[in-house]
Amino acid sequence: MNIVNLIGIALQALYRNKIRSFLTMLGIIIGVASVIAMLAIGEGSKKSIQEQVSGMGTNMITVIPGAQRRHGVSMGREGAQSLTFNDMYEIEKNSNSIMYLSPEVRGNGQVIFGTENEPSTIYGVNLDYLEIKKFTISSGRMFSEREILTSAKVCVIGKTVYDNIFGETNVDPIGKTIRFNNIPMTVIGVLNPKGLSTFGHDQDDILIAPYTTVQKRILAITHLHAIVVSAISEKHSAQVVEDIENTLRMTHRISKNDEDDFRIRSQEELIKSFTSISDVLTVLLAVIASISLLVGGIGIMNIMYVSVTERTREIGLRMAIGGKGRDILLQFLIEALLLSMIGGLLGIALGIGSTKLVHIFMQWPVYIQTEAVLLSFIICTAIGIFFGWYPAQKAAKLDPIDALRYE
Amino acid sequence: MKHIIQISDLHKEFHMGDITVHALRGVSMNISEGDFVSIMGTSGSGKSTMLNILGCLDKPTSGSYILNGLNMNERTNNELAELRNQQLGFVFQSYNLLPRTTAIENVELPLYYNSQVSAKERRERALYSLEMVGLADRIHHTPNQLSGGQQQRVAIARSLVNNPVVILADEATGNLDTRTSYEIMALFQKLNDDGKTIVFVTHEQDIAQFTKRSIVFRDGRIEKDIPVEKRDNAAKKLAEMPKEDNY
Ligand SMILES: Nc1ncnc2c1ncn2[C@@H]1O[C@H](COP(=O)(O)OP(=O)(O)O)[C@@H](O)[C@H]1O
Ligand SMILES: [Mg+2]
Repeated sequence: MNIVNLIGIALQALYRNKIRSFLTMLGIIIGVASVIAMLAIGEGSKKSIQEQVSGMGTNMITVIPGAQRRHGVSMGREGAQSLTFNDMYEIEKNSNSIMYLSPEVRGNGQVIFGTENEPSTIYGVNLDYLEIKKFTISSGRMFSEREILTSAKVCVIGKTVYDNIFGETNVDPIGKTIRFNNIPMTVIGVLNPKGLSTFGHDQDDILIAPYTTVQKRILAITHLHAIVVSAISEKHSAQVVEDIENTLRMTHRISKNDEDDFRIRSQEELIKSFTSISDVLTVLLAVIASISLLVGGIGIMNIMYVSVTERTREIGLRMAIGGKGRDILLQFLIEALLLSMIGGLLGIALGIGSTKLVHIFMQWPVYIQTEAVLLSFIICTAIGIFFGWYPAQKAAKLDPIDALRYE
Repeated sequence: MKHIIQISDLHKEFHMGDITVHALRGVSMNISEGDFVSIMGTSGSGKSTMLNILGCLDKPTSGSYILNGLNMNERTNNELAELRNQQLGFVFQSYNLLPRTTAIENVELPLYYNSQVSAKERRERALYSLEMVGLADRIHHTPNQLSGGQQQRVAIARSLVNNPVVILADEATGNLDTRTSYEIMALFQKLNDDGKTIVFVTHEQDIAQFTKRSIVFRDGRIEKDIPVEKRDNAAKKLAEMPKEDNY
């Protein structure tokens, strides 16, 4: 018997037991749909982490003070004062792979304008900072080299600070004098918003001022909290990390056997560690979903066994009128395959549909991979063959006389 | 006349644990083209076993069987399936129609297993077979919409559709009332008149009276093999039946 006829017969048999066929498929439908939805959610969160982290500047490398050792005693990292402007100068001098670099000093405090009063953080940086952090000015201007040299009391404010302080009155902030920890500062620019970071941190809750101003007038310190660097390209990141390490070990006079008293964090590393977490999560979700797919397969096997038993006389008759073992095997195998493949297709539709709904109603980031869809279809086809094989084999091995006599 | 079936010294044993059942103990006979043979005998005498072997559903333990000039000994299961498909027609006591499947689809079924028959030819031959059994107006009915007699007619149409050299019927009237049985026998007589060779297992003497030759089995052997004397005509007998028996 040819395949087209066999498919016709199998479809007829499935159609004759519509409800049972559908309930059997339901296992596969739910299995495939959950595999697709889980992978889409897992992949989506991974993608969004990647995007956000690279939005912070992919080539960005941050140097922060590490645990300091004085005479063999660890001083801890908090309050470490090992990074200086001179370090930054040396780093710039000793590496060819750096595009931008900026010092960073931070201070928390209250921002006051008129009756408005909100806590925020001021960042003391240089002109390169905007490039490194991918900030852009929406109105006004960035401060100038001259303003750095003179420790001018000027600042550029983030969108959140603007909203908090000027939002209600809707006044133009440019040229207005605000107070940060009681130090009067003139607002000269407003930043374009960047939104929340991956870690839920508001990147727009920021004031940017010349590092000299923050160092001298606000914090009264001479060291730096961090040095932020941007490599010429992603490929150069590793080189820059190495250059910084060599430079700082030299300038800090760290002997061969001693640990670094600074730490270098590259964005690349950060992406890797976060995506590896979401990879684990994706695998976990996929495993759980696959189990339901497996259960669906067992459901098919169960129904096929029932079907073979129920149709024993039909099998006997088919053999009597010329059906070979192979014809009977194929008939039932195709039936199992159709159950799993139609179930698979419906599952894909349901999976994509529910993924879209999750995206629309819960705003979760999702990403449907074509490979995942194809793979789950292939897997459920394989499940059809695997779980359909034994019942089909049982049918093919029946003795026609016994089968015809079966009550 | 040409022999359709030639068997000699056929034995069949069934082994059930330590016990060996001798279902056939040396059966020899020839059935020629156009014959209408009834096989009679008590229950357990080996009638069905004989018919299953004739129908290539079972293999004899020993002895030779030649069907339409083809030696049936040492055939593979696939070869036997092909022979059943192309040389033989079966009619069973319990019809064995596929449920929820129309008459015409049931009749077409054997031709599906013959790749040489096109879809168009399949349909035409099935229609022709249904016409022969007088069910041309019932082709789209499913078994549960047909009476027992009509269902058996569909089964007979199915056995005819591949144009077999012999039709094998095992207690084909066993589930039917007298009148319907006679109608079925009238159909078989008509098919036989048209040249079909028929082997008909029954345990009812009046049914055997419609055939041409009566073979009686006893304990796995042929006890009697005689031409039917004063053969009945089923169509005539039906006409004579009292009206009250009408359904
Ligand atoms: N598959 C089988 N296994 C064991 N014994 C069988 C089998 N088929 C038939 N027999 C035995 O063979 C003998 C003949 O059976 P059968 O041909 O069915 O008789 P009939 O059809 O004349 O009533 C009986 O004794 C029966 O029990
Ligand atoms: Mg019997």
